[in-house]
Amino acid sequence: MKALRKYMDKIKPAFMPGGRLAKLQSVFDGMETFLFTPNTTSHSGTHIHDGNDLKRTMITVVVALMPCLLFAMYNIGYQHYLAIGQQASWLEMFWFGLIAMLPCIVVSYAVGLGIEFIGAQIHHKEIQEGFLVSGILIPLIVPIGTPLWMVAVATAFAVIFAKEVFGGTGMNIFNVALITRAFLFFAYPSHMSGDKPFVMTDGILGIGEGTVVNSYTGATPLGQIATHAGGETLALTDVVGNPITTYDAFMGWIAGSPGETSMVAILIGAVILLGTGIASWRIMCSVFAGGLAMACLVHAFPSPTYAASLLAPFAQLCYGGFAFAAVFMATDPVTGARTHIGQYIYGFLIGVIAILIRVYNSGYPEGAMLAVLLMNAFAPLIDHCVVSFNIKRRLARAKQ
Amino acid sequence: MATIKLKKGLDLRLKGGLSGGDIGQAPAGTLYAVVPDDFVGLVPRMDKREGEPVAAGEALFHDKNDDRVVVVSPVSGTVKEVRRGLRRKIEAIVIEAGKDTEPVSHDVKADPLRTLLASGLWAMLRQRPYDVVPNPDVRPRDIFVTCFDSAPLAPGLMTVLGEDKQYINKGVEVLGKLTDGRVYLGCREDEEVQVEGAETNVFAGPHPAGNVGVQLANVKPINKGEVVWTLDVVTLARIGKLFTTGRVDFSATVAVVGECVAQPKLMRCVMGCQIGTLLGETPTENVRLISGNPLTGSQITPDGFLRAPYRQLTAIPENAKPDEFMGWASLSPKRFSIYRVFTSWLAGKREVSLDARLKGGERAIVRDGEYDRMLPMDIYAEFLIKAIITFNIDNMERLGVYEIAPEDFALAEYADTSKLELQRIVREGLDRLRAEMS
Repeated sequence: MKALRKYMDKIKPAFMPGGRLAKLQSVFDGMETFLFTPNTTSHSGTHIHDGNDLKRTMITVVVALMPCLLFAMYNIGYQHYLAIGQQASWLEMFWFGLIAMLPCIVVSYAVGLGIEFIGAQIHHKEIQEGFLVSGILIPLIVPIGTPLWMVAVATAFAVIFAKEVFGGTGMNIFNVALITRAFLFFAYPSHMSGDKPFVMTDGILGIGEGTVVNSYTGATPLGQIATHAGGETLALTDVVGNPITTYDAFMGWIAGSPGETSMVAILIGAVILLGTGIASWRIMCSVFAGGLAMACLVHAFPSPTYAASLLAPFAQLCYGGFAFAAVFMATDPVTGARTHIGQYIYGFLIGVIAILIRVYNSGYPEGAMLAVLLMNAFAPLIDHCVVSFNIKRRLARAKQ
Repeated sequence: MATIKLKKGLDLRLKGGLSGGDIGQAPAGTLYAVVPDDFVGLVPRMDKREGEPVAAGEALFHDKNDDRVVVVSPVSGTVKEVRRGLRRKIEAIVIEAGKDTEPVSHDVKADPLRTLLASGLWAMLRQRPYDVVPNPDVRPRDIFVTCFDSAPLAPGLMTVLGEDKQYINKGVEVLGKLTDGRVYLGCREDEEVQVEGAETNVFAGPHPAGNVGVQLANVKPINKGEVVWTLDVVTLARIGKLFTTGRVDFSATVAVVGECVAQPKLMRCVMGCQIGTLLGETPTENVRLISGNPLTGSQITPDGFLRAPYRQLTAIPENAKPDEFMGWASLSPKRFSIYRVFTSWLAGKREVSLDARLKGGERAIVRDGEYDRMLPMDIYAEFLIKAIITFNIDNMERLGVYEIAPEDFALAEYADTSKLELQRIVREGLDRLRAEMS
């Protein structure tokens, strides 16, 4: 490490103001603080500081997303080989998913971090770590069949207009990854809905070549519900028409956005986030509570017109992006409620609204994304109300 | 008497704590100093010039806004130097101890307010709001005294007091005459102090339970327009001693502690002494010397002087791991964190080593609830900090700015993932607010 340190010290002057690479100073600073913990010591106030910093916090979230990412890669391969009707080992499936997802991950990070680096350089600030998490969330919530240029445009839009214009990491009002998804959803609706984007039907680089089987539909379970023709019973199928159960949805062997399908992988992530104390258990639990309450309510009044109301309450939570949104999106501390009471309300309403949109608005097969974005907008208001109780208490005390 | 259990907060168990209650005697030095910055809110105007003789207890400077408020010399001798910094700000007044001239005596039968002001002990009191030296023209609603220090490595104040405990009664009696309300004592369960004329509350729970502001907020919070005085029990005993003997006792018992101190112990010395006399064999290379505790103390150089509240001298490593490679990715249980994102929690409760590094860069506030869990008050700490940063006076008032002092945010500053300088933010906010309101 000493050699590396020496090398960094040697090239450092070129990146400092006046040096010939001064325009890349923030990139160099970012790299340096990534490699070596800054030697800065406190010069005012508290002399000792905790070992935790934002880098570690963000990396822990990325680690919590790893089970989802790994399962997503496997499931992309699984759905692909299912669609073309070929047998493949789980390793082949994983390998296929890996090369299918990698370009999306690279594009997401390259575009997002590129813009952050430029922003940091313009404002002469240190590069902040916020995009570490957003960059991995984006490939997990964008359908695998999305063209890469769309991912690039959407990521650029989200980073610039949802984050940088508000002041960067820690200042954004809306969740950056969800804005990416929402941008795609509303800008390119023909690509984002229907049966096309959720399963890779073509081979990549000569791997997994084949044609889809005749019974192939490619519809996600929630897509099938949205186009349900009527009748009191729901018969959900996988992409080639075999019936599926809630157990399949719980394990994740269904079509959908890469990261959202497996409840098991999401729950492992939830355990990491709650165990390390990074995510608010108040938000996470109340999203599930709100979702479950609403799912019970709609299930109490089943109607073939709103086919999703035929789903059992627990199944509601397993299908679609609900669990992923509850664990990784709603718990974003920057865009969520920050008071304890506020977090209960914020989470509960996300759960309720997600199921409400899913069931009663046939235009949107899934409501989790919109529910979180909507509540992002209301989070400051919720906090304001909670804090105003504290203020009222203080004023009442003064009047006595 | 009531027992108040506080759940929020944190006891940081640092290496280098005191092991016994033995008190050593520090060798007498020749130089002593008074630092005007220790007396927050005063604008110093010198009463003594360089080279002039001064007696112990004689005024060195007074407050520009009220010449009754004085800060006195702890020793007899001559004023050797008035150290000035930028814009001629007085940084320290150095006194060379000389032959023993008679220390100043005070008339204990006179008006207690006047005696307290003239004795210099007044400057050791603080008032909320603003956490500054009190205004003598305002009678406080109540007076709060903390009888223990819960900060990391802090000495037991009852041990520090020793035989001077006997003066607590007298101190309470004097303070009782200065308020229309009551004198409140905040104690630990095992060191309860019961005094006639004072109400005792027992506080259980981790640091900052010993902060007088936290005790005040949990007993009878302060409202807009009210003034409360705060002090510690050592100052209380000094006041009692002044009104018993007629003289101020300038001796202090200081805990010399911290990982870098060879033998942590209590030392008896005189206020404002050179810390070299206290440190003994302690190395000073790559060591952070702090007059006070590691959360709220002031950094001093090896040739520096002991600063108020003259109670603790801490030595911790300045940078224990220079150029730590990818410290954020560390899996070592030695990298201590109160959060479970590092593995240190697996090692259980133990004494830990912390150096003066920030261990990260300054960021915007991202994680929620970090400040709240370190502040046992009915205050939304994060919202208040944001109001102070934006200097929104209405919101600051509504969110309870009059109840806080910088020291109350010290623990939050330790725990802050975003590494913000909360104590500086609070101090500057309070100063600006005070200027705006006067």
